[in-house]
Amino acid sequence: MNWEFISKYLPLYEKAAWLTLKLGLLGIVLATLVGLLCAAVRYYRIPVLEGIVRIYIEISRNTPLLIQLFFIYYGLPKIGIRTDPASCGVAGLAFLGGSYMAEAFRSGLESVDPIQSETAYALGMSRSQALRFIILPQAAAVSVPAYMANVIFLLKETSVFSAVSLMDLMFTAKDLIGLYYKTTESLAMLVGFYLIILLPVSALGNVLERRLRYAGFGA
Amino acid sequence: MPDLGLEVLFKGKNLARLLGGLWTALRISLLSVAISLPLGVLLGVLMTRNNRFVKALLQFYLNFIRIMPQMVLLFIVYFGSTRAFGWDISGEAASVIVFTLWGTAEMSDLVRGALISIPRHQYESAEALGMSKSQTSLYIIIPQAVRRLIPLSINLVTRMIKTTSLILMIGVVEVLKVSQQIIEANRMSSPNAAFGVYLSVFLLYFFACWPISLLAGRLEKKWS
Repeated sequence: MNWEFISKYLPLYEKAAWLTLKLGLLGIVLATLVGLLCAAVRYYRIPVLEGIVRIYIEISRNTPLLIQLFFIYYGLPKIGIRTDPASCGVAGLAFLGGSYMAEAFRSGLESVDPIQSETAYALGMSRSQALRFIILPQAAAVSVPAYMANVIFLLKETSVFSAVSLMDLMFTAKDLIGLYYKTTESLAMLVGFYLIILLPVSALGNVLERRLRYAGFGA
Repeated sequence: MPDLGLEVLFKGKNLARLLGGLWTALRISLLSVAISLPLGVLLGVLMTRNNRFVKALLQFYLNFIRIMPQMVLLFIVYFGSTRAFGWDISGEAASVIVFTLWGTAEMSDLVRGALISIPRHQYESAEALGMSKSQTSLYIIIPQAVRRLIPLSINLVTRMIKTTSLILMIGVVEVLKVSQQIIEANRMSSPNAAFGVYLSVFLLYFFACWPISLLAGRLEKKWS
């Protein structure tokens, strides 16, 4: 292990890690919004939109992010839709993640027995009260673990961003390997930085899951 | 109607070349699936046993593989291991190794989940009925676990197919690489080829994975 090399290029990785985190989080936020919207459309069975959402979910879940990015970044400019690498990466992540998030939210909402909302109405609660105090807390117990798994999944997926020439962690590692042939050091830093990013998220997911297990009713 | 660059597909053997590239990726994923499924079952069963050492070892393996992006694993095997151990492996071999390691980890976790999801009273009732341990496994536990497992492992297959698109990044000539070659070769005659070709690749992946996902969804509904 060449420590001099590591300390020299550590700042480069740090910069790349921030880029990974920034774009990853932005993509996750957008994916969450898309997911909430899609889950709401499916939960309330809004006609026409429901069909569109279904098609979107099937397409998004059955194609790899790398192919989606290639299509957005290299294909779409030919019909006049131009994006810079960063917004392409975020858009790809939101497109892919939206469907995974939608499924996480939907499985939570569907896990709540209809008798729960019926009971709430019988007790004189309004629709929004029933949603807020009865349905959402129970749905969250199912949705949050799936949501956290998706967050980790999407952060890992950012590793393909280097394909659209974003200088993320993968890009930096590949660059250094190509330039200096210090493979072991470059890969060690790569693994280290991904662990720094992903381990806390994974730990948070475990804590949340343990806490929420008791929130389910009768389970 | 703008020029969508679709005509390139029908020039020469371009479509066949694209399909050939897709087959390279599919072959690698199917080979990895074929190795990881039995290995995953084995490790998954081992994890439900109460051997602390084995459990800790497997847990470490599982957690490391699952938390690292698959691309990092590809780099470790393709660039790292070749440098560290001085051997020489092709991109395809490295991909099969990585996807087998990853598939085994995922599969073993699915198997463990399916096994521990079976309530204790199933074991106890079987014992009360006078069944031996092997009878309990064969007639009570395995049939139930398999029903939970099959839809999930079919889903794993589609995940592996999707993930093999990454092998482009370690220089395997698969469908994206072939696309780049086709687009490059036809730069002058059809400048918009990138749209048509990448759209086709997108659809090819979709039609490779979608039927498998549908099957998994249907089985899940039928057996739940």
